[in-house]
Amino acid sequence: MRAADVRGQLERLGGAVTSQVWRLGFASRFLLYLVLHSGTALRRFRLTVAEIYFAGVLSLVIILVSGLFVGMVLGLQGYETLQRFGASESLGVLVALSLVRELGPVVAGLLFASRAGSAITAEIGLMKATEQLSAMEMMAVDPVARVVAPRFWGGVLSLPLLAALFSAMGIFGGYLVGVQLIGVDPGAFWSQMQASVDVRNDILNGVYKSIVFGIAVTWIAVFEGYDAVPTAEGVSRATTRTVVTSSLAILALDFVLTALMFTGGNGQ
Amino acid sequence: MQQSPIVEIQNVSFGYDAQHPVLRDIDLAIERGAVVGVMGQSGCGKTTLLRVIMGAAAPTRGAARVLGAVTSALDRDGLYAMRRKMGMLFQFGALFTDMSVYENVAFPLREHAALPGELLHDLVMMKLQAVGLRGAAHLMPAELSGGMARRVALARSIALDPELILYDEPFTGLDPISFGVIARLIRELNDLLGATSIIVTHDVQEALGVVDYVYFMAAGRVIAKGTPDEIRASREPFVNQFVNGKSEGPVPFHYPAPDYAADLELAVAS
Repeated sequence: MRAADVRGQLERLGGAVTSQVWRLGFASRFLLYLVLHSGTALRRFRLTVAEIYFAGVLSLVIILVSGLFVGMVLGLQGYETLQRFGASESLGVLVALSLVRELGPVVAGLLFASRAGSAITAEIGLMKATEQLSAMEMMAVDPVARVVAPRFWGGVLSLPLLAALFSAMGIFGGYLVGVQLIGVDPGAFWSQMQASVDVRNDILNGVYKSIVFGIAVTWIAVFEGYDAVPTAEGVSRATTRTVVTSSLAILALDFVLTALMFTGGNGQ
Repeated sequence: MQQSPIVEIQNVSFGYDAQHPVLRDIDLAIERGAVVGVMGQSGCGKTTLLRVIMGAAAPTRGAARVLGAVTSALDRDGLYAMRRKMGMLFQFGALFTDMSVYENVAFPLREHAALPGELLHDLVMMKLQAVGLRGAAHLMPAELSGGMARRVALARSIALDPELILYDEPFTGLDPISFGVIARLIRELNDLLGATSIIVTHDVQEALGVVDYVYFMAAGRVIAKGTPDEIRASREPFVNQFVNGKSEGPVPFHYPAPDYAADLELAVAS
Protein backbone atom coordinates (compact mmCIF):
# COMPACT_ATOMS: atom_id res chain seq x y z
CA MET A 1 0.00 0.00 0.00
CA ARG A 2 2.75 2.41 1.01
CA ALA A 3 4.85 1.41 -1.99
CA ALA A 4 1.85 2.10 -4.24
CA ASP A 5 1.43 5.55 -2.65
CA VAL A 6 5.07 6.41 -3.27
CA ARG A 7 4.80 5.17 -6.83
CA GLY A 8 1.67 7.25 -7.37
CA GLN A 9 3.39 10.37 -6.06
CA LEU A 10 6.43 9.73 -8.23
CA GLU A 11 4.17 9.28 -11.25
CA ARG A 12 2.40 12.57 -10.49
CA LEU A 13 5.73 14.33 -10.05
CA GLY A 14 7.00 12.85 -13.31
CA GLY A 15 3.78 13.87 -15.05
CA ALA A 16 4.06 17.42 -13.76
CA VAL A 17 7.71 17.73 -14.85
CA THR A 18 6.97 16.22 -18.26
CA SER A 19 4.07 18.59 -18.84
CA GLN A 20 6.21 21.61 -17.86
CA VAL A 21 8.99 20.50 -20.22
CA TRP A 22 6.41 19.99 -22.96
CA ARG A 23 5.02 23.45 -22.30
CA LEU A 24 8.48 25.01 -22.44
CA GLY A 25 9.05 23.27 -25.78
CA PHE A 26 5.69 24.56 -27.03
CA ALA A 27 6.57 28.09 -25.88
CA SER A 28 9.93 27.85 -27.68
CA ARG A 29 8.30 26.73 -30.92
CA PHE A 30 5.79 29.54 -30.48
CA LEU A 31 8.64 32.07 -30.15
CA LEU A 32 10.31 30.69 -33.26
CA TYR A 33 7.06 30.85 -35.23
CA LEU A 34 6.46 34.37 -33.92
CA VAL A 35 9.90 35.59 -34.99
CA LEU A 36 9.57 33.96 -38.42
CA HIS A 37 6.16 35.60 -38.91
CA SER A 38 7.17 39.07 -37.78
CA GLY A 39 7.19 40.43 -41.32
CA THR A 40 3.83 42.17 -40.91
CA ALA A 41 4.84 43.76 -37.60
CA LEU A 42 8.01 45.18 -39.14
CA ARG A 43 6.64 46.02 -42.60
CA ARG A 44 3.56 47.77 -41.18
CA PHE A 45 5.55 49.35 -38.39
CA ARG A 46 2.67 51.54 -37.24
CA LEU A 47 1.13 48.36 -35.72
CA THR A 48 4.26 47.98 -33.59
CA VAL A 49 4.35 51.71 -32.82
CA ALA A 50 0.80 51.47 -31.45
CA GLU A 51 1.94 48.68 -29.13
CA ILE A 52 5.00 50.69 -28.06
CA TYR A 53 2.52 53.37 -27.04
CA PHE A 54 0.38 50.93 -25.01
CA ALA A 55 3.26 49.02 -23.43
CA GLY A 56 5.85 51.79 -23.22
CA VAL A 57 4.36 55.25 -23.16
CA LEU A 58 1.49 54.29 -20.85
CA SER A 59 4.03 52.72 -18.44
CA LEU A 60 6.00 55.97 -18.21
CA VAL A 61 4.28 57.31 -15.11
CA ILE A 62 4.91 54.25 -12.95
CA ILE A 63 8.47 53.90 -14.27
CA LEU A 64 9.45 57.53 -13.76
CA VAL A 65 7.87 57.89 -10.32
CA SER A 66 9.34 54.59 -9.13
CA GLY A 67 12.76 55.55 -10.55
CA LEU A 68 12.66 58.86 -8.69
CA PHE A 69 11.84 57.26 -5.36
CA VAL A 70 14.34 54.42 -5.75
CA GLY A 71 17.03 57.00 -6.55
CA MET A 72 16.05 59.11 -3.53
CA VAL A 73 16.23 56.08 -1.23
CA LEU A 74 19.61 55.16 -2.71
CA GLY A 75 20.78 58.71 -2.01
CA LEU A 76 19.76 58.50 1.64
CA GLN A 77 21.03 54.97 2.28
CA GLY A 78 24.20 55.50 0.26
CA TYR A 79 25.12 58.72 2.06
CA GLU A 80 24.44 57.12 5.44
CA THR A 81 26.89 54.29 4.69
CA LEU A 82 29.53 56.23 2.71
CA GLN A 83 29.93 59.01 5.24
CA ARG A 84 31.01 56.42 7.83
CA PHE A 85 34.06 55.83 5.68
CA GLY A 86 34.50 59.48 4.76
CA ALA A 87 33.59 58.75 1.16
CA SER A 88 30.36 60.69 0.78
CA GLU A 89 31.66 62.33 -2.42
CA SER A 90 31.35 58.90 -4.03
CA LEU A 91 27.58 59.01 -3.61
CA GLY A 92 27.09 59.77 -7.31
CA VAL A 93 29.10 56.69 -8.31
CA LEU A 94 27.14 54.46 -5.93
CA VAL A 95 23.78 55.72 -7.10
CA ALA A 96 24.68 55.56 -10.79
CA LEU A 97 26.29 52.11 -10.70
CA SER A 98 23.47 50.62 -8.63
CA LEU A 99 20.95 51.93 -11.10
CA VAL A 100 22.55 51.31 -14.48
CA ARG A 101 23.92 47.88 -13.60
CA GLU A 102 21.12 46.41 -11.51
CA LEU A 103 18.16 48.38 -10.28
CA GLY A 104 17.32 50.07 -13.58
CA PRO A 105 16.90 46.92 -15.67
CA VAL A 106 15.57 44.74 -12.83
CA VAL A 107 13.05 47.07 -11.21
CA ALA A 108 11.92 48.50 -14.55
CA GLY A 109 11.54 44.89 -15.77
CA LEU A 110 9.47 43.91 -12.73
CA LEU A 111 7.26 46.99 -13.09
CA PHE A 112 6.93 46.38 -16.82
CA ALA A 113 5.88 42.77 -16.19
CA SER A 114 3.19 43.92 -13.77
CA ARG A 115 1.94 46.88 -15.78
CA ALA A 116 2.35 45.93 -19.44
CA GLY A 117 2.97 42.16 -19.38
CA SER A 118 -0.25 41.46 -17.53
CA ALA A 119 -2.16 43.78 -19.87
CA ILE A 120 -0.76 42.03 -22.96
CA THR A 121 -1.72 38.60 -21.59
CA ALA A 122 -5.20 39.73 -20.61
CA GLU A 123 -5.82 41.39 -23.97
CA ILE A 124 -4.69 38.43 -26.09
CA GLY A 125 -6.46 35.98 -23.76
CA LEU A 126 -9.72 37.90 -23.98
CA MET A 127 -9.40 38.16 -27.75
CA LYS A 128 -9.10 34.38 -27.77
CA ALA A 129 -12.03 33.91 -25.37
CA THR A 130 -14.29 36.14 -27.48
CA GLU A 131 -13.29 34.34 -30.70
CA GLN A 132 -11.58 37.42 -32.14
CA LEU A 133 -8.46 35.37 -32.91
CA SER A 134 -10.57 32.65 -34.55
CA ALA A 135 -12.36 35.33 -36.56
CA MET A 136 -8.98 36.53 -37.85
CA GLU A 137 -8.02 32.97 -38.77
CA MET A 138 -11.25 32.69 -40.70
CA MET A 139 -10.44 35.92 -42.53
CA ALA A 140 -7.17 34.29 -43.60
CA VAL A 141 -5.22 36.64 -41.32
CA ASP A 142 -2.62 34.97 -39.12
CA PRO A 143 -3.31 36.18 -35.55
CA VAL A 144 0.29 35.51 -34.53
CA ALA A 145 1.54 37.84 -37.28
CA ARG A 146 -1.20 40.47 -36.85
CA VAL A 147 -1.84 40.51 -33.09
CA VAL A 148 1.00 38.77 -31.27
CA ALA A 149 4.09 39.89 -33.20
CA PRO A 150 3.44 43.67 -32.93
CA ARG A 151 2.87 43.30 -29.18
CA PHE A 152 6.03 41.24 -28.83
CA TRP A 153 8.24 43.72 -30.69
CA GLY A 154 6.51 46.66 -29.00
CA GLY A 155 7.43 45.20 -25.60
CA VAL A 156 10.96 44.22 -26.62
CA LEU A 157 11.67 47.74 -27.88
CA SER A 158 9.98 49.49 -24.94
CA LEU A 159 11.69 47.91 -21.95
CA PRO A 160 15.30 49.02 -22.67
CA LEU A 161 14.03 52.58 -23.13
CA LEU A 162 11.99 52.42 -19.95
CA ALA A 163 14.95 50.98 -18.02
CA ALA A 164 17.16 53.83 -19.28
CA LEU A 165 14.57 56.38 -18.21
CA PHE A 166 14.23 54.64 -14.84
CA SER A 167 17.99 54.90 -14.28
CA ALA A 168 18.10 58.54 -15.41
CA MET A 169 15.23 59.44 -13.10
CA GLY A 170 16.86 57.48 -10.27
CA ILE A 171 20.12 59.39 -10.69
CA PHE A 172 18.14 62.62 -10.60
CA GLY A 173 16.44 61.40 -7.38
CA GLY A 174 19.83 60.58 -5.88
CA TYR A 175 21.06 64.06 -6.85
CA LEU A 176 18.02 65.70 -5.26
CA VAL A 177 18.56 63.96 -1.96
CA GLY A 178 22.36 63.79 -1.93
CA VAL A 179 23.22 67.24 -3.28
CA GLN A 180 20.15 69.41 -2.76
CA LEU A 181 18.94 67.98 0.54
CA ILE A 182 22.03 66.64 2.31
CA GLY A 183 24.59 68.93 0.78
CA VAL A 184 27.09 66.64 -0.94
CA ASP A 185 29.33 68.63 -3.26
CA PRO A 186 27.68 68.69 -6.70
CA GLY A 187 31.03 68.80 -8.53
CA ALA A 188 32.22 65.67 -6.74
CA PHE A 189 28.83 63.98 -7.26
CA TRP A 190 28.88 64.41 -11.03
CA SER A 191 32.61 64.23 -11.75
CA GLN A 192 33.18 61.01 -9.79
CA MET A 193 30.15 59.50 -11.52
CA GLN A 194 31.54 60.54 -14.90
CA ALA A 195 34.98 59.16 -14.08
CA SER A 196 33.85 55.84 -12.66
CA VAL A 197 30.89 54.77 -14.76
CA ASP A 198 32.14 52.96 -17.83
CA VAL A 199 30.07 53.00 -20.99
CA ARG A 200 30.82 49.45 -22.09
CA ASN A 201 31.16 47.65 -18.76
CA ASP A 202 28.40 49.42 -16.88
CA ILE A 203 25.91 51.18 -19.13
CA LEU A 204 25.95 48.77 -22.07
CA ASN A 205 25.80 45.73 -19.82
CA GLY A 206 22.73 47.25 -18.19
CA VAL A 207 21.22 47.82 -21.61
CA TYR A 208 21.93 44.19 -22.59
CA LYS A 209 20.19 43.07 -19.42
CA SER A 210 17.12 45.15 -20.16
CA ILE A 211 16.99 43.77 -23.73
CA VAL A 212 17.09 40.19 -22.39
CA PHE A 213 14.44 41.03 -19.78
CA GLY A 214 12.29 42.68 -22.44
CA ILE A 215 12.41 39.56 -24.61
CA ALA A 216 11.70 37.26 -21.63
CA VAL A 217 8.80 39.28 -20.20
CA THR A 218 7.09 39.92 -23.52
CA TRP A 219 7.58 36.35 -24.71
CA ILE A 220 5.99 35.05 -21.49
CA ALA A 221 3.17 37.60 -21.74
CA VAL A 222 2.20 36.88 -25.35
CA PHE A 223 2.56 33.12 -24.91
CA GLU A 224 0.42 33.01 -21.77
CA GLY A 225 -2.26 35.08 -23.50
CA TYR A 226 -2.23 32.95 -26.65
CA ASP A 227 -2.22 29.71 -24.66
CA ALA A 228 -4.82 30.85 -22.10
CA VAL A 229 -7.87 28.68 -21.49
CA PRO A 230 -10.54 30.80 -23.23
CA THR A 231 -12.69 31.47 -20.17
CA ALA A 232 -12.80 34.26 -17.58
CA GLU A 233 -11.00 32.03 -15.07
CA GLY A 234 -8.47 30.88 -17.66
CA VAL A 235 -7.53 34.44 -18.61
CA SER A 236 -7.27 35.41 -14.95
CA ARG A 237 -4.92 32.48 -14.26
CA ALA A 238 -2.84 33.27 -17.35
CA THR A 239 -2.45 36.90 -16.25
CA THR A 240 -1.29 35.84 -12.81
CA ARG A 241 1.14 33.33 -14.35
CA THR A 242 2.59 36.08 -16.54
CA VAL A 243 3.44 38.29 -13.57
CA VAL A 244 4.81 35.45 -11.41
CA THR A 245 6.79 33.71 -14.16
CA SER A 246 8.26 36.87 -15.64
CA SER A 247 9.25 38.24 -12.22
CA LEU A 248 11.07 35.01 -11.39
CA ALA A 249 12.59 34.90 -14.87
CA ILE A 250 13.93 38.45 -14.48
CA LEU A 251 15.55 37.68 -11.13
CA ALA A 252 17.03 34.37 -12.30
CA LEU A 253 18.27 35.85 -15.59
CA ASP A 254 19.73 38.80 -13.68
CA PHE A 255 21.87 36.45 -11.62
CA VAL A 256 23.05 34.56 -14.70
CA LEU A 257 23.79 37.73 -16.67
CA THR A 258 25.54 39.39 -13.73
CA ALA A 259 27.68 36.28 -13.26
CA LEU A 260 28.60 36.34 -16.95
CA MET A 261 29.20 40.10 -17.22
CA PHE A 262 30.82 41.15 -13.99
CA THR A 263 32.98 38.22 -12.99
CA GLY A 264 36.14 36.94 -14.62
CA GLY A 265 36.90 38.50 -17.98
CA ASN A 266 36.24 42.23 -17.61
CA GLY A 267 37.64 42.56 -14.12
CA GLN A 268 34.69 44.47 -12.61
CA MET B 1 -23.23 21.64 -67.59
CA GLN B 2 -24.03 21.09 -63.93
CA GLN B 3 -21.57 22.57 -61.44
CA SER B 4 -20.02 20.38 -58.78
CA PRO B 5 -21.21 21.00 -55.19
CA ILE B 6 -19.41 23.85 -53.42
CA VAL B 7 -19.07 21.70 -50.29
CA GLU B 8 -18.85 17.94 -50.46
CA ILE B 9 -18.39 15.95 -47.28
CA GLN B 10 -17.68 12.32 -48.02
CA ASN B 11 -17.88 9.71 -45.29
CA VAL B 12 -16.25 12.06 -42.78
CA SER B 13 -15.56 11.03 -39.21
CA PHE B 14 -13.81 13.19 -36.66
CA GLY B 15 -12.92 12.99 -32.98
CA TYR B 16 -10.66 14.99 -30.68
CA ASP B 17 -9.58 11.60 -29.31
CA ALA B 18 -10.11 8.05 -30.55
CA GLN B 19 -12.56 7.12 -27.79
CA HIS B 20 -15.04 9.97 -28.40
CA PRO B 21 -15.93 10.46 -32.05
CA VAL B 22 -17.77 13.75 -32.59
CA LEU B 23 -18.70 13.17 -36.24
CA ARG B 24 -19.49 9.73 -37.67
CA ASP B 25 -19.73 8.88 -41.35
CA ILE B 26 -21.13 12.22 -42.44
CA ASP B 27 -22.11 12.55 -46.08
CA LEU B 28 -23.46 15.75 -47.48
CA ALA B 29 -23.30 17.85 -50.63
CA ILE B 30 -24.19 21.53 -50.76
CA GLU B 31 -25.08 23.01 -54.13
CA ARG B 32 -24.00 26.48 -55.19
CA GLY B 33 -26.46 29.26 -54.47
CA ALA B 34 -28.35 27.40 -51.76
CA VAL B 35 -28.99 28.37 -48.16
CA VAL B 36 -28.56 25.16 -46.20
CA GLY B 37 -29.34 24.56 -42.55
CA VAL B 38 -27.45 22.12 -40.35
CA MET B 39 -29.65 21.58 -37.34
CA GLY B 40 -29.60 19.54 -34.21
CA GLN B 41 -29.20 19.65 -30.46
CA SER B 42 -26.34 21.43 -28.77
CA GLY B 43 -23.34 19.10 -28.70
CA CYS B 44 -24.46 17.00 -31.68
CA GLY B 45 -21.40 17.96 -33.73
CA LYS B 46 -22.77 20.85 -35.82
CA THR B 47 -20.05 23.33 -34.95
CA THR B 48 -17.39 20.64 -35.39
CA LEU B 49 -18.77 20.01 -38.86
CA LEU B 50 -18.38 23.73 -39.52
CA ARG B 51 -14.77 23.53 -38.32
CA VAL B 52 -14.17 20.67 -40.74
CA ILE B 53 -15.63 22.71 -43.59
CA MET B 54 -13.45 25.73 -42.79
CA GLY B 55 -10.39 23.50 -42.52
CA ALA B 56 -9.84 24.16 -38.81
CA ALA B 57 -10.23 20.44 -38.05
CA ALA B 58 -8.95 17.65 -40.30
CA PRO B 59 -11.23 14.60 -40.65
CA THR B 60 -9.87 11.43 -39.06
CA ARG B 61 -11.55 9.52 -41.91
CA GLY B 62 -13.10 10.58 -45.20
CA ALA B 63 -12.60 13.84 -47.05
CA ALA B 64 -14.05 17.35 -47.04
CA ARG B 65 -13.95 19.00 -50.47
CA VAL B 66 -14.61 22.72 -50.16
CA LEU B 67 -14.46 25.18 -53.07
CA GLY B 68 -12.85 22.46 -55.16
CA ALA B 69 -10.04 21.54 -52.76
CA VAL B 70 -9.68 18.77 -50.21
CA THR B 71 -9.13 20.72 -47.00
CA SER B 72 -6.88 18.17 -45.29
CA ALA B 73 -4.48 18.29 -48.26
CA LEU B 74 -3.98 22.07 -47.98
CA ASP B 75 -1.04 23.68 -46.21
CA ARG B 76 -1.39 26.94 -44.27
CA ASP B 77 -1.15 29.14 -47.37
CA GLY B 78 -3.62 26.92 -49.23
CA LEU B 79 -6.08 27.11 -46.34
CA TYR B 80 -5.75 30.88 -46.16
CA ALA B 81 -6.28 31.14 -49.93
CA MET B 82 -9.46 29.08 -49.54
CA ARG B 83 -10.68 31.14 -46.60
CA ARG B 84 -10.33 34.35 -48.59
CA LYS B 85 -13.30 33.07 -50.58
CA MET B 86 -15.25 32.33 -47.42
CA GLY B 87 -17.02 34.44 -44.82
CA MET B 88 -17.88 33.35 -41.32
CA LEU B 89 -20.31 34.79 -38.82
CA PHE B 90 -19.47 33.71 -35.28
CA GLN B 91 -22.06 33.01 -32.61
CA PHE B 92 -21.62 36.33 -30.83
CA GLY B 93 -20.12 38.25 -33.71
CA ALA B 94 -16.48 38.19 -32.54
CA LEU B 95 -16.03 41.86 -33.41
CA PHE B 96 -12.63 43.39 -32.66
CA THR B 97 -13.40 45.33 -29.51
CA ASP B 98 -10.58 47.85 -29.94
CA MET B 99 -11.83 48.93 -33.39
CA SER B 100 -14.87 50.94 -34.43
CA VAL B 101 -17.65 49.46 -36.55
CA TYR B 102 -16.05 51.05 -39.61
CA GLU B 103 -12.61 49.63 -38.83
CA ASN B 104 -14.07 46.20 -38.17
CA VAL B 105 -15.66 46.06 -41.61
CA ALA B 106 -12.57 47.57 -43.22
CA PHE B 107 -10.28 45.03 -41.51
CA PRO B 108 -10.41 42.20 -44.11
CA LEU B 109 -10.17 44.74 -46.94
CA ARG B 110 -7.10 46.37 -45.42
CA GLU B 111 -5.45 43.01 -44.80
CA HIS B 112 -6.06 41.52 -48.23
CA ALA B 113 -6.45 44.35 -50.69
CA ALA B 114 -4.28 47.43 -51.09
CA LEU B 115 -7.17 49.75 -51.89
CA PRO B 116 -7.01 53.53 -52.16
CA GLY B 117 -8.61 55.24 -49.16
CA GLU B 118 -11.67 56.52 -50.99
CA LEU B 119 -12.48 53.16 -52.55
CA LEU B 120 -12.05 51.45 -49.18
CA HIS B 121 -14.40 53.99 -47.60
CA ASP B 122 -17.02 53.44 -50.31
CA LEU B 123 -16.84 49.66 -49.98
CA VAL B 124 -17.16 49.76 -46.20
CA MET B 125 -20.13 52.12 -46.44
CA MET B 126 -21.80 49.87 -49.02
CA LYS B 127 -21.41 46.82 -46.76
CA LEU B 128 -22.76 48.75 -43.78
CA GLN B 129 -25.63 50.09 -45.88
CA ALA B 130 -26.49 46.50 -46.82
CA VAL B 131 -26.99 45.62 -43.16
CA GLY B 132 -28.64 48.96 -42.34
CA LEU B 133 -25.90 50.30 -40.10
CA ARG B 134 -24.17 52.94 -42.18
CA GLY B 135 -25.13 55.49 -39.51
CA ALA B 136 -23.38 53.42 -36.83
CA ALA B 137 -19.99 53.38 -38.56
CA HIS B 138 -18.35 55.51 -35.86
CA LEU B 139 -19.62 53.48 -32.90
CA MET B 140 -17.48 51.05 -30.91
CA PRO B 141 -18.63 47.42 -30.47
CA ALA B 142 -19.39 48.02 -26.77
CA GLU B 143 -22.00 50.61 -27.83
CA LEU B 144 -23.94 48.15 -30.02
CA SER B 145 -26.88 45.92 -29.10
CA GLY B 146 -26.53 42.17 -29.66
CA GLY B 147 -28.50 42.35 -32.91
CA MET B 148 -26.49 45.31 -34.22
CA ALA B 149 -23.20 43.59 -33.36
CA ARG B 150 -24.34 40.52 -35.30
CA ARG B 151 -25.20 42.72 -38.30
CA VAL B 152 -21.80 44.43 -38.20
CA ALA B 153 -20.15 41.02 -38.05
CA LEU B 154 -22.27 40.02 -41.04
CA ALA B 155 -21.10 43.09 -42.95
CA ARG B 156 -17.50 42.20 -42.07
CA SER B 157 -17.94 38.59 -43.18
CA ILE B 158 -19.20 39.70 -46.61
CA ALA B 159 -16.53 42.39 -47.02
CA LEU B 160 -14.56 40.32 -49.52
CA ASP B 161 -17.68 39.15 -51.42
CA PRO B 162 -17.29 35.50 -50.37
CA GLU B 163 -18.50 32.54 -52.39
CA LEU B 164 -19.37 30.61 -49.25
CA ILE B 165 -20.73 32.10 -46.01
CA LEU B 166 -20.81 30.07 -42.80
CA TYR B 167 -23.08 31.03 -39.90
CA ASP B 168 -22.47 29.57 -36.44
CA GLU B 169 -25.68 29.93 -34.41
CA PRO B 170 -26.50 33.35 -35.89
CA PHE B 171 -29.79 33.70 -33.98
CA THR B 172 -28.62 32.96 -30.43
CA GLY B 173 -29.66 35.56 -27.88
CA LEU B 174 -31.48 37.88 -30.29
CA ASP B 175 -34.81 39.60 -29.72
CA PRO B 176 -37.60 38.73 -32.20
CA ILE B 177 -37.04 41.84 -34.34
CA SER B 178 -33.28 41.31 -34.62
CA PHE B 179 -34.00 37.66 -35.26
CA GLY B 180 -36.17 38.52 -38.25
CA VAL B 181 -33.67 41.09 -39.52
CA ILE B 182 -30.76 38.62 -39.42
CA ALA B 183 -32.83 35.87 -41.07
CA ARG B 184 -33.89 38.23 -43.87
CA LEU B 185 -30.32 39.50 -44.33
CA ILE B 186 -28.93 35.97 -44.58
CA ARG B 187 -31.36 35.17 -47.37
CA GLU B 188 -31.04 38.50 -49.20
CA LEU B 189 -27.27 38.72 -49.04
CA ASN B 190 -26.92 35.14 -50.21
CA ASP B 191 -29.07 35.83 -53.26
CA LEU B 192 -27.55 39.26 -53.98
CA LEU B 193 -23.96 38.07 -53.75
CA GLY B 194 -24.68 34.82 -55.58
CA ALA B 195 -23.08 33.07 -52.62
CA THR B 196 -23.83 29.82 -50.81
CA SER B 197 -24.72 29.84 -47.13
CA ILE B 198 -24.51 27.20 -44.42
CA ILE B 199 -26.38 27.98 -41.22
CA VAL B 200 -25.61 25.90 -38.15
CA THR B 201 -28.40 26.44 -35.66
CA HIS B 202 -30.76 24.92 -33.17
CA ASP B 203 -33.39 27.62 -33.70
CA VAL B 204 -35.38 25.33 -35.94
CA GLN B 205 -38.67 27.05 -36.60
CA GLU B 206 -37.12 30.37 -37.57
CA ALA B 207 -34.34 28.81 -39.62
CA LEU B 208 -36.77 26.61 -41.53
CA GLY B 209 -38.29 29.80 -42.93
CA VAL B 210 -34.98 30.85 -44.50
CA VAL B 211 -33.23 27.73 -45.75
CA ASP B 212 -33.64 25.74 -48.97
CA TYR B 213 -32.46 22.44 -47.57
CA VAL B 214 -31.81 20.97 -44.13
CA TYR B 215 -29.48 18.36 -42.68
CA PHE B 216 -30.53 17.13 -39.26
CA MET B 217 -27.80 15.84 -36.96
CA ALA B 218 -27.86 13.80 -33.77
CA ALA B 219 -24.94 12.21 -31.92
CA GLY B 220 -22.53 13.04 -34.73
CA ARG B 221 -24.60 11.54 -37.55
CA VAL B 222 -26.92 12.99 -40.17
CA ILE B 223 -30.24 11.39 -39.28
CA ALA B 224 -32.54 13.26 -41.65
CA LYS B 225 -32.34 15.60 -44.62
CA GLY B 226 -34.76 17.32 -46.93
CA THR B 227 -36.54 20.55 -47.75
CA PRO B 228 -38.10 22.51 -44.88
CA ASP B 229 -41.52 21.06 -45.72
CA GLU B 230 -40.15 17.53 -45.69
CA ILE B 231 -38.49 18.17 -42.32
CA ARG B 232 -41.69 19.60 -40.85
CA ALA B 233 -43.55 16.49 -42.03
CA SER B 234 -40.81 14.09 -40.93
CA ARG B 235 -41.92 11.11 -38.87
CA GLU B 236 -38.42 10.45 -37.62
CA PRO B 237 -38.97 10.55 -33.82
CA PHE B 238 -35.98 12.75 -33.02
CA VAL B 239 -36.74 15.28 -35.76
CA ASN B 240 -40.37 15.32 -34.70
CA GLN B 241 -39.45 15.95 -31.06
CA PHE B 242 -36.94 18.64 -32.00
CA VAL B 243 -39.03 20.52 -34.56
CA ASN B 244 -42.05 20.59 -32.27
CA GLY B 245 -40.05 21.25 -29.10
CA LYS B 246 -41.49 18.30 -27.15
CA SER B 247 -39.96 17.48 -23.78
CA GLU B 248 -40.63 13.75 -24.23
CA GLY B 249 -39.18 11.67 -27.01
CA PRO B 250 -35.97 9.90 -27.95
CA VAL B 251 -33.98 12.67 -26.25
CA PRO B 252 -34.47 11.97 -22.54
CA PHE B 253 -35.18 14.74 -20.04
CA HIS B 254 -32.66 13.30 -17.56
CA TYR B 255 -28.94 13.26 -18.05
CA PRO B 256 -27.70 9.68 -17.45
CA ALA B 257 -27.35 9.16 -13.69
CA PRO B 258 -27.05 6.30 -11.19
CA ASP B 259 -30.12 4.94 -9.50
CA TYR B 260 -32.11 7.78 -7.85
CA ALA B 261 -32.97 5.81 -4.69
CA ALA B 262 -29.33 4.83 -4.26
CA ASP B 263 -28.28 8.46 -4.65
CA LEU B 264 -30.70 9.44 -1.86
CA GLU B 265 -29.46 6.49 0.21
CA LEU B 266 -32.99 5.08 0.29
CA ALA B 267 -32.05 1.67 -1.13
CA VAL B 268 -32.90 -1.19 1.25
CA ALA B 269 -29.86 -3.24 2.14
CA SER B 270 -30.45 -6.85 1.15
